[in-house]
Amino acid sequence: MSSPIVYQLGNLPIKDHVFSPDHSLLAVTKDNTVEIYQVNQSNLGVKPKLFTTLAGHDKTVTSVDISFDGTRILTCSQDRNALVWEYDSAAGEYKPTLVLLRISRAATVCKWSPDGQKFAVGSSDRIIAVCYYEQENNWWVSKHLKKPLKSTITSLSWHHNGVLLASGSTDGHVRVFSAFIKGLDEKPEPTPWGSKLPFQTLCGDFINETGAWIHDVAFSPDGNSLAFVSHDSSVGIIYPDGEGLPPRSIINVKTNYLPFKTLVYLTNNKIVVGGHNCNLIVFEGDENDWKETRVIESQKDLTKETPAAGDDDEEEISSHQALNMFKQMDLKGRLNKPSPGGNGKVLSTTHQNTIASIREFSGNQVSTSGIDGKIVIFRV
Amino acid sequence: MSQSLKPYLTAVRSSLTAAICLEDFSSQLVERHNRPEIEVDNTHNPELILNPMVIARNENEKILIEPSINSVRVSIKIKQADEIEQILVHKFTRFLTSRAENFFILRRVPIKGYDISFLITNFHTEQMLKDKLVDFIIEFMEDVDKEISEMKLFLNARARVIAEAYLTPFD
Repeated sequence: MSSPIVYQLGNLPIKDHVFSPDHSLLAVTKDNTVEIYQVNQSNLGVKPKLFTTLAGHDKTVTSVDISFDGTRILTCSQDRNALVWEYDSAAGEYKPTLVLLRISRAATVCKWSPDGQKFAVGSSDRIIAVCYYEQENNWWVSKHLKKPLKSTITSLSWHHNGVLLASGSTDGHVRVFSAFIKGLDEKPEPTPWGSKLPFQTLCGDFINETGAWIHDVAFSPDGNSLAFVSHDSSVGIIYPDGEGLPPRSIINVKTNYLPFKTLVYLTNNKIVVGGHNCNLIVFEGDENDWKETRVIESQKDLTKETPAAGDDDEEEISSHQALNMFKQMDLKGRLNKPSPGGNGKVLSTTHQNTIASIREFSGNQVSTSGIDGKIVIFRV
Repeated sequence: MSQSLKPYLTAVRSSLTAAICLEDFSSQLVERHNRPEIEVDNTHNPELILNPMVIARNENEKILIEPSINSVRVSIKIKQADEIEQILVHKFTRFLTSRAENFFILRRVPIKGYDISFLITNFHTEQMLKDKLVDFIIEFMEDVDKEISEMKLFLNARARVIAEAYLTPFD
């Protein structure tokens, strides 16, 4: 297995990242801004160059997405706003367009629809805003999906037909809505989720066994199943059976890892998840059964105490060592410097902190971003 | 380390590692606020709070872990066998809590029934490594007993010296 490609982009947490479809640009969230990097497509090993910084939000940016053609960048933030950035080649910079979200709490997640005509923004206001462009006023307006959302939306995923929208929320529900905008969307082909789909139709509402927070949802590439990860460290896959019928099968794979934060549905039979254990795990299966097949990086069990390994942190002195040092000075009047790095412990995985988002990079590669400020491209 | 301390600390370590899985979470109640949900009066959104957990070594030594979506409150009751230890623990925790801003994760006021409380939020886990945070709390629990009994010994020794000095008969 080739070693992963690692970009250390500062130390601030990267809550979300996205590569443009041709992999020429990389957008990462950094505190209140979004940084755009130029990626060397021929040699991915070269560290991306900072191209520009999008500063338009005044609170933490929670999510970023690039439309399918790579021209529009969508960001949303805890300041209740979402912005659509387009490159203005005359001025040589990105220009934001305001979105009329009409929400009064933080926007938590945003996603372009597959055709780039509209996008959805989830919020702590228990609302999903489905936004589309209004030509005459030159702004993005939104329609709200409200019922029966009871808690913060943590994740959204579009079906490939651009009409169905899955959401996960902290009340433990996974819901599938129709986000059909009259006059904008073509009437979609019937799917197992339903055939008649006016706006705000609830096509499916599933609750996790334990009622744990849903951290991420994703439609399969063929759109006939839906996967989610939740705070009880399980992965669920739902196969619907058609309108009004209970789902054909719901599979819940429980694991012993720390909770998963994010997933990507790579092929119809393969899911990659990552989260608080800082590692990626591959699940494979079909309608009948799903299984954990492998772990990308070998790893020690985080919950067990491990013997302290020697490491290179020369500067760091633990509180215990400092205490001992002062005690020595106090009692004996002399200074014994503690042996450096005796207690330093670093995780054996590439990411040193929670993996916040995974995206598909190419057929068998995924890119991940972590709270430790790293972007990593793994082969899976 | 005594026989029963090891399993106690192991249980605390596993529970803390599982509890400190936090994420950034903006308030659902108040506009543009982002606060530790465990500290908010949460009758409005009970879904954001997980079940609290008590791990007890005996009736005098226990730890309370209260997790939520973006914060964990950890409260520790330190062993107090007699009145001297009670005074020492009180002085010791007061010394620490009055310097809470230098300890980052220390809570200024302990939860009722406990001697010292820590409040870990998602901002702490973003800046610090999680297993170091867990190590810190475990180390604190290991050391505080040692510290208190050491202080008690010092105090007794000192008391003995003073008593001898004052009570020696005049020549």
